[in-house]
Amino acid sequence: MKKKKNLWSFAVLPLYLFTLVFVVGPLVYMAAISFATNKEGYGVLWRFTTENYRKILDPVYLETFQQSLKLAFSSTLSIMLLGYPFGYFMAKLSDRRKKRMMLLLVIPFWVNSLIRLYGWIIILQTKGALNGFLLKLGLIEKPLKMLYSYPAVLLGMIYTLLPFMILSVYSSAEKMDWSLVEAAMDLGATPAQAFFSVTLKMTLPGLLSGMILTFIPSMGLFFIADILGGNKIVLVGSLIQDQMSRGSNWPFAAALAVILTFLTTLIIYLYRKITHVSELEGLY
Amino acid sequence: MRKKKTRRKIKFSEIYLWLVLLFIYLPIGFVVLYSFNESKSTAVWNGFSLRWYQTLFQDSSILEALKNSLLLGVLSCLAAAAIGTVGAVGLVKAKAKAGGVMEYISTLPIMIPEIILGMVFMAFFSVLHLPFGMVTLVIAHTAFCIPYILMMVRARLAGMDPALEEAAMDLGAAPMRVFFDITLPLVMPAVLSGSLLAFAMSLDDVVISIFVNGPRLNTLPVKVYTQMKFGVTPEINALCTIMLAITLLVLVAYRLAVYKKAD
Repeated sequence: MKKKKNLWSFAVLPLYLFTLVFVVGPLVYMAAISFATNKEGYGVLWRFTTENYRKILDPVYLETFQQSLKLAFSSTLSIMLLGYPFGYFMAKLSDRRKKRMMLLLVIPFWVNSLIRLYGWIIILQTKGALNGFLLKLGLIEKPLKMLYSYPAVLLGMIYTLLPFMILSVYSSAEKMDWSLVEAAMDLGATPAQAFFSVTLKMTLPGLLSGMILTFIPSMGLFFIADILGGNKIVLVGSLIQDQMSRGSNWPFAAALAVILTFLTTLIIYLYRKITHVSELEGLY
Repeated sequence: MRKKKTRRKIKFSEIYLWLVLLFIYLPIGFVVLYSFNESKSTAVWNGFSLRWYQTLFQDSSILEALKNSLLLGVLSCLAAAAIGTVGAVGLVKAKAKAGGVMEYISTLPIMIPEIILGMVFMAFFSVLHLPFGMVTLVIAHTAFCIPYILMMVRARLAGMDPALEEAAMDLGAAPMRVFFDITLPLVMPAVLSGSLLAFAMSLDDVVISIFVNGPRLNTLPVKVYTQMKFGVTPEINALCTIMLAITLLVLVAYRLAVYKKAD
């Protein structure tokens, strides 16, 4: 018996080792350099300072955080409004059609996400398909400038992250016992009442996990802002990338990353507190 | 009366589902369409042509990037599947005291924004003096592939009947034998679906790769990203159309195989 237990502890060893060396190690290192001094040119000088954190309070950088949060909140909200009904309706389909719908949702994952965004460029550009369509219909007189704007970036975020919300909501709604809704209606609840008091509550874990799965990436997907926003929209993600490469200020990038990690960890912690669920719904 | 109402509702829900699907497929449709465009510009349609497919197969840099991406995906999935599967079984069996914390930490790579993972890898690897290239890419991708496999296998193990393993043990099988003969075949579907998801994520990753790929090695998404900054050539459209076609073919083949088995 004792020997058996030892063997199983041995089984977790590769996982623990890999995680310690290649996940915990780099994260601790990042936290450490966020308190180090930037060496002009390249690298890090190991002299303790809190300057990197104070620098974030600079209005220019605070505005970046604000813009990122604004975009993350508005994309998460839009995705929720768009994705929740989808997951809900999908759960009500017959088994065969559920499977077919799932397949239709998963196939786009095999088209590179950058290429899918490129498809939007084709559609939205000034001489693009949408403008041509609107011109033909006579709805507009000259082409609109749609690309390289805030709405374009928002659209890109919604487009890229929507499937994650749909899949989370669906996995919650699929497990739901619909007879509870019927019971509520039999007891005299209107459909709206039944929805808010039963369905919404039962699918809340899926909805919340969908919100996390969309909110967290939307803080860091710098390439969407890059491609669809031109240089107009600077997000925390773009700032970190810039500081790591061109700006070459690793300690400052690390401080930004620490704050971002803290924010996202806080959100996940709150999620667990609210739902008492330890895993995110919809990931499997 | 009631019945009529529900029927109307179902109709609305169907329209909604199709509209959202249209939204999802619309840009993909345009990418496919313009891969057959004679003109280099995406603003005008100059007529049907297979020109870009021809140039694609002569463009060694894109094919090289595709090869790198596939190799990277396979290597990191294999590593992640081995570490993740054995780890998940160990976590469940050993019920280690630190298990909860370690499990949380193991899933961290998909809980924090990719950009942070990318930058910490870049900083950490350069301190370790690891040569940037395939090695660093495989380590980084393995790190974010493990959680997908770990979580799926764990969920599968949770729903498994422990009596099966106990029976094998009672009949005198060594723990190793139990793992390979009983546990592994039972969790295999979870390992496969986790690996498939991880492979898709690896094949699509641009944020982490861009930090650790090094100056000489391109993965396909990194290549596409750099091209997008200077203007995409329709070869990329052609490549994506081919990849989509392969995906669909595999799906159809899989379906046929399943149906055949069912007959």
